[in-house]
Amino acid sequence: MNAFLLQYLPIVIFFAIATVLGLGFMIAAAVMAPSAPDAEKNSAYECGFNAFDDARMKFDVRFYLVSILFIIFDLEVAFLFPWAVSLFGMPHDKMVYAFVSMMVFLGVLTVGFIYEWKKGALEWE
Amino acid sequence: MMTDLSSALMICLPELILAVGAMLVLMLGAFGGERSTGAATMFSGAALIAGAFAAALGPHGTLFAGAFHMDQLAAYSKVAIYVASAFAVVMGYGWMNRSNERKFEYPVLILLATLGMSMMVSAGDLISLYISIELQSLALYILAAFQRDDARASEAGLKYFVLGALSSGILLYGISLVYGFAGSMGFTQIAHAIAAGGANHGVVFGLVFLICGVAFKASAAPFHMWTPDVYEGAPTPVVAFVAAAPKLAAMVLFVRTLSMGFFGAHEQWAQVLLVIAVISFVVGAFGGLMQRDVKRLLAYSSIANIGYALLGIAAGTQLGVQAMLVFMVLYMIDVTGFFACLLALARNGRPITQISDLSGLKGSKPGIALAITALSLSVLGMPPFSGFWAKFYVFKSAFDAGLWQIAIAGLVASVVAAFYYLRMIKIMWFDASPAPVDGSPSEARWIAFACALFSFPVVLIALHFLDQSAGLAAASLGLH
Repeated sequence: MNAFLLQYLPIVIFFAIATVLGLGFMIAAAVMAPSAPDAEKNSAYECGFNAFDDARMKFDVRFYLVSILFIIFDLEVAFLFPWAVSLFGMPHDKMVYAFVSMMVFLGVLTVGFIYEWKKGALEWE
Repeated sequence: MMTDLSSALMICLPELILAVGAMLVLMLGAFGGERSTGAATMFSGAALIAGAFAAALGPHGTLFAGAFHMDQLAAYSKVAIYVASAFAVVMGYGWMNRSNERKFEYPVLILLATLGMSMMVSAGDLISLYISIELQSLALYILAAFQRDDARASEAGLKYFVLGALSSGILLYGISLVYGFAGSMGFTQIAHAIAAGGANHGVVFGLVFLICGVAFKASAAPFHMWTPDVYEGAPTPVVAFVAAAPKLAAMVLFVRTLSMGFFGAHEQWAQVLLVIAVISFVVGAFGGLMQRDVKRLLAYSSIANIGYALLGIAAGTQLGVQAMLVFMVLYMIDVTGFFACLLALARNGRPITQISDLSGLKGSKPGIALAITALSLSVLGMPPFSGFWAKFYVFKSAFDAGLWQIAIAGLVASVVAAFYYLRMIKIMWFDASPAPVDGSPSEARWIAFACALFSFPVVLIALHFLDQSAGLAAASLGLH
């Protein structure tokens, strides 16, 4: 293995420890925990009542839309934050370049936002 | 800095035109609603034509630390892709008017997919490769499911999306391996790493995954499973688009990645490509024999043709690349004509999709029957139609590179495939017509006639020019 790949050694070690710990707790729970099931313990439980209906039900597709829109703008913040932190540490010409690049990105995002607004994706009724 | 930036922007002017154009059309549609579909179509077509001129006449160069190459190869492919997309925009507009589904999103999505393709042919590192493929694919998934209330179109879109996402995963896995073992994303640096350390197993392993991922997007067998279903279910103008431009983009992406980044591993990737090519034209030839649906038949035909095009790449020579470029452009024209013919045919308001529905077409629509006949003869490789010249170039380059066994297998497969084109011709000219067909829309008819005329006799004049520009394009890769 060359030195370049050795840089990734900590990740491999981390991954190995995570695997061992995760599997260890699951196996320990399965092997060591006391287990005495009966019909009441195995039945579905909902706030002290018997379950009213199946947990899998149809729900409005608008929830998906809202969650997708949320992801887009959430990721935008995740993208903006490191940019904002590192922007002023740059030499001047690079700073201008980085600033303009991000403004172009935000412009594209705004176009998408206007589109979804005009299409009524943000109106619940 | 500023002069740098402005000259850089001139080099990627075609992409800028498309990107800004797509956003402007989107705003136009968002504020104008469905009434603005006509204006959106016109504007998109104008943006595509302007992009084609910018690509043909604009300056060349390498941008963004090697991530974007604008050279003869990119210019050649961009012009072909933009023109094919403009045809798709026109066909789609007529189709939307007839099926009362006027949506301004159609031209926007075509523009965005074209932007992705145009970055694909310019991609100079693995990141821009991946982003461009995704931009193209995402727009195509939506286009495939464009008829939202049609069950088969939704099925086609979902299948395309799920399998496309799988292939993107494979592609990313390959990219991460290549990055890990070669230490860089840029094609030039990867080429240096391979030249210095040889093609070690890790790089080859990643490269095979990369090839599989791109083969998926190009619908080469054994990664072709989505193709027949998507072609059958998606709206015809969308299929006309999917069948033409993205294939050229994927092929050029293949050529640029393999010869700029991985030429040191030519022996290894040539083997993989040859296997994919042989499986593709065998699957395409034999799979097509059983089909009753014209669009499914054309899907198998496209799988077979991707196989022939891959032969040119696998040869690994400048002549091979040139042959592939000529082949793909001639094929794009044929396939656009084919789908334009399908768009032009309807019976009682329902589009004709079954091969048996074509029977007796010579009586009711002699023009379209003649066009389908010319295009079929062309795709099956009958001289002097354009398909013959396309196959002639590819097989010649394969023979020259010493791949004569594979070339003979390809010839046999194209003889087998000839059966289904000839059967279609026989049904059109010699069988009785069950019922009269509707009048055909003018734009589909004219595109069909133009493509048929190109396949013969215009090709005899155009071939020289096409060959010359493909030669210049292939030379820009610096192969031998």
